[in-house]
Amino acid sequence: MKIYRLNALLMRHLYLYKRSLPRLMDLFFWPILEILVWGFLSLYLEKSGLGGLNIVSLLLGAIIFWDLLGQSQKAVSFAFMEEVWEKNFLNIFVSPMRVSEFLASTFLLGLVRIIICGVVLGIGSLLLYHFNILQFGFYTIPFILNLLLFGWILGIFTTTITFRFGSGANIIAFSLIFILQPFSAVFYPISALPHYIQFISYLLPSSYVFEGMRSIIHTGVFPWNYFLVGTALNLFYVGLISFLFYRAFVWVKVHGRIMKLAW
Amino acid sequence: MAILEVKNLVKKFGDFTAVDNLSFDVEEGTITGLLGPNGAGKTTTIQMLLDLIIPTSGTIKLFGKDMKNNREEILNKVNFSSPYVALPGNLKVWENLYTFGRLYGIKNIQSKIDELTEYFNIKEFLPKLTSSLSTGQLTRLNLAKSLLNDPALLFLDEPTASLDPDIADRTRSLLKKIQKDKKVTILYTTHNMAEVEEICDRAIFIHQGKLKDDGVPAELVKKYGRDDLNDVFLMIARGETEKVES
Repeated sequence: MKIYRLNALLMRHLYLYKRSLPRLMDLFFWPILEILVWGFLSLYLEKSGLGGLNIVSLLLGAIIFWDLLGQSQKAVSFAFMEEVWEKNFLNIFVSPMRVSEFLASTFLLGLVRIIICGVVLGIGSLLLYHFNILQFGFYTIPFILNLLLFGWILGIFTTTITFRFGSGANIIAFSLIFILQPFSAVFYPISALPHYIQFISYLLPSSYVFEGMRSIIHTGVFPWNYFLVGTALNLFYVGLISFLFYRAFVWVKVHGRIMKLAW
Repeated sequence: MAILEVKNLVKKFGDFTAVDNLSFDVEEGTITGLLGPNGAGKTTTIQMLLDLIIPTSGTIKLFGKDMKNNREEILNKVNFSSPYVALPGNLKVWENLYTFGRLYGIKNIQSKIDELTEYFNIKEFLPKLTSSLSTGQLTRLNLAKSLLNDPALLFLDEPTASLDPDIADRTRSLLKKIQKDKKVTILYTTHNMAEVEEICDRAIFIHQGKLKDDGVPAELVKKYGRDDLNDVFLMIARGETEKVES
């Protein structure tokens, strides 16, 4: 893996952020809007005595973590779709770049987006609601890394689907995160779901992040069980999605489908 | 010396054979036209040469090495340009060149960009968005991008397509200049046979995936007793060459 190629691919996307209003809105405006909605809702619930203890922490923490997951997924999905939309795919893939470098660069882009969005949301929630996302110290960092990794897995999944079924499948890139939200135990525990769909939640690393976060808020103790199960699931999915991605990539090369995406 | 060797190349998509036992080689320092009607298998062949399509069978050697085991080394010495493959329009010209310069690991990218943008007369467009360039300017930018890594072998897919006669003529002159100045070997696809006669040292005709003929353009015209290469192309496309040969 060559650092200069990772750098090239990363910069290629970062150049766009300087002058793209939709991309800047995606990083700053929409996340702030979300904490406004959820923050005021949680304040209302707190004042009305409807939400119980720590309702502000629970809801704001949840929406911030959920946004970070979305940022990571979108970084990967849209980095790939950007090459398809701009018909740049061929220029990239006739260069000496390795596929692993392309994937690693999207992971780095996700990391950059998570850091920027995390800082924006952290400052926003502190100023607006006196909620400090770092109040639980370094406990939150392992969970954020798990979200980064799961977002990358989801992004590679949508990329694999687009590779295999063509650019018409890119609707999944936009919708997947919303499909997973009800099962990820973002605002409520897994036990709140009907029994017959709880198994879906148990298969999602994101569920363990949100359960873990709630556990920290309630007990102040780092929940190793949630962290370890979530991490193990993430590592399993990294292996699985890497295998599927490479299979799809070979399939695309055998069937001459790269041009369908690139031309 | 052959810089590119293709032997018994076959590509099948299900029951359809796109490339059928194709063999040819390209000599170093030449401009070779890979010609044929639509659907002849030119694009599929070029994609196999660039490792974008996996062949069903046959061998491809670039610089005497196979792509499977030497992909990175080979692609560092190769580049590609086509008017159908855009550089991102939402990046500025300098950002595009800088990105690809980095991707190819070019040292002194800035001086390379200066050199190429001066060569192609597009330096004034460096701070502009790529989408604001005209078709002719984009063609020159694509060519500049394709020379960033000083390729030994350049694949050009219809580089003058959709250009007006003036710009097309300037582009042909540029290609001849590139080949002369930079000693680049060029494999070239086009439907403009006058262009082939003007700049190609050799023409390879394929039809329905098969090699139909291969030679110096003027000699092919003579061989088939025609006025120009366009007539030879029509004969091949219409399957009339067999009658002449028999």
